[in-house]
Amino acid sequence: MIAAQDLRKTYGPTLVLDGVSFALAPGQCLALLGPNGAGKTTLLRLLATLLRPTSGALRVGGIDALREPDRVRPLLGVVAHGSYVYEDLTARENLRFWETMRGGDASPARLSAALAQVELDTVAEERVRTFSSGMKRRLGLARVLLTQARLLLLDEPFTGLDRRGRKWVNEFLQAFKAGGGTAVLATHSFGGGLGVADRIGILGQGRLLLDRPAADLSPEELHRVYESLTEGAEAGA
Amino acid sequence: MTRALGWLAALGLLAGLAAGFGYAPREAVQGNVQRIMYLHVPSVLTAYLAFGLVLLGSIAYLATRRPGWDRLAGSAAEIGVLFTGLTIVSGSIWGKPTWGTWWTWDARLTSTAVLFCVYVGYLMLRGLIDDPEARGRYAAVVGILGAINIPIVHFSVKWWRALHQPSTILGPEPSPIDPAIGLALFVNWVAFTLLFAYFLSRRIEIARLEEQT
Amino acid sequence: MTYARRAWIIFYKDLLVERRSKEQTNALLFFCLLLLFLFQFALGPDRDRLAAALPGLLWLGFILAGLLGLGRSFLAERENDCWEGLRLTPGDKSAIYLGKLAGNCVLMTAVEVVLVVLFGVFYNVDLWTPAAPLALVLALGTIGLAAVGTLFAAMTTQVRARELLFPVLLLPVQVPLLLATVSATQALLLGQPLADVAHWLKLLAGADAVYVTIGLLTFEFVLEG
Repeated sequence: MIAAQDLRKTYGPTLVLDGVSFALAPGQCLALLGPNGAGKTTLLRLLATLLRPTSGALRVGGIDALREPDRVRPLLGVVAHGSYVYEDLTARENLRFWETMRGGDASPARLSAALAQVELDTVAEERVRTFSSGMKRRLGLARVLLTQARLLLLDEPFTGLDRRGRKWVNEFLQAFKAGGGTAVLATHSFGGGLGVADRIGILGQGRLLLDRPAADLSPEELHRVYESLTEGAEAGA
Repeated sequence: MTRALGWLAALGLLAGLAAGFGYAPREAVQGNVQRIMYLHVPSVLTAYLAFGLVLLGSIAYLATRRPGWDRLAGSAAEIGVLFTGLTIVSGSIWGKPTWGTWWTWDARLTSTAVLFCVYVGYLMLRGLIDDPEARGRYAAVVGILGAINIPIVHFSVKWWRALHQPSTILGPEPSPIDPAIGLALFVNWVAFTLLFAYFLSRRIEIARLEEQT
Repeated sequence: MTYARRAWIIFYKDLLVERRSKEQTNALLFFCLLLLFLFQFALGPDRDRLAAALPGLLWLGFILAGLLGLGRSFLAERENDCWEGLRLTPGDKSAIYLGKLAGNCVLMTAVEVVLVVLFGVFYNVDLWTPAAPLALVLALGTIGLAAVGTLFAAMTTQVRARELLFPVLLLPVQVPLLLATVSATQALLLGQPLADVAHWLKLLAGADAVYVTIGLLTFEFVLEG
């Protein structure tokens, strides 16, 4: 689903990504770990075609993402920090807006179904301004549900959520994978997300320091490896 | 290449000075102050050349995203603003003894002043954006709009002037009759174009070096 | 067809957001009232002087309100990364520009109507007789201002010092529109027929066409940021 080759990104004199390469098969979930400033968000934004790399190649779903980002975008579902909601619109109006902008079918029935799936149907006509951050996150996931995305890119999806919220996102991801979807999630917490990951990647100093199947590492081993790999990164940062 | 341009420009300017002050005759009506036209007219022509290059560079940058085009656009705009300023100042200096006032809202001065403002805004926009890719894109949009706006400005100002002051022969028009004046004008125009090319070449070089650090 | 739907939903969304929050439009309309006082105080009690300056004041007020109102066109998009969300939508991005332009035209028309009514009432000027041709001039001026204003607002949303940069960029480009609309308005208020200002109307229409076209063609480059 994803084929990234030697991705580099510089902002002026600052090198953020220094030759990141990896491949992800469809139906798999990659969890990207790393300290703040390691480049997780930058990498995700690159994958989302929101940024162009300074050099390197990227293919998503078999399409050259650098040459034809507009053909890649319909495949993507992005869940980022901002959650893409208009505070003054209701949950339903938000969904209707984004789905229409996507060019999809924004019929009331479809919207209701998506809202029900994320358990927001009871508050569908409430303004998003009244929502908790967990509810806004769920609304973002409802939006993604409507898009029928094949690749989900999530940036810190568990931040700001309580235990119930985290469990919810985990279940959502499991169901998404079961439906054949691929996911990349960036997180700096070990609690959530790792259960659903098939591969673990550790990003440090702009490079992929580790890229292994999740089954290979027990949680304790992972912790140890993480500490040792990122120790240098944090000391140097 | 740049050095050669520099030398050529210097030679050209010398020739221009000689032509303007030595060769060309003293103008009958206005006297020696008319000679500032040898600075004023080539300045404005060079400014238009510069902004034409801004338009070219802007469109090319949006089409190809090659930074070289953006460097061309930005550098040309800077020098264009310089020459536009020169046009306005020289026009003003010409105006004081001729009309008795430093500034007048005649059609050409007004159009030139508006042009000046548009591209100063362009330069400010460039100054406020650090990311070179975004800067190139945004500046290109403003550059294109500003350039295409020039004829619109020209007509609106001309008609506006016609409303308020019908048929005045204002403006340092070169008399087309005297060939000596025409020749001096031509020499100076060539000199200014060479000078512009020299400045542009240098400025693009500096821009390229700046981007590497 | 999807293009039209997308432009429409942008327009509709902005309308909803504005109606719900109410802050922007009300403040803007109140600003028009304040401008009225400002002009009166600046020009003094001389009735004739005010009447002579009226066309200019009308458009000056309009542009000042426009600077405030248009500059905020994309403010809603800054919340929650919605700007980014728009970037991710597939298809021709100029539909977004069109939708925003329509919304801004509606906003500026509301401002104009208020200004015209206020001017008529407070300065005791007859704006009713030339209402139809005046409306035409107003419409053409509005489109031109909104077309460039929407484009530059999108641009400056992402830039430092945006409140300063927006007027600095917009005003020089608006000069021809200002000259045209003020001249035409003046002629109309003096009772001249529409035919007399035909050349101004043609200039306005031509400029509007150019500005909207450039907006449609270049918006995708601005959105990318």
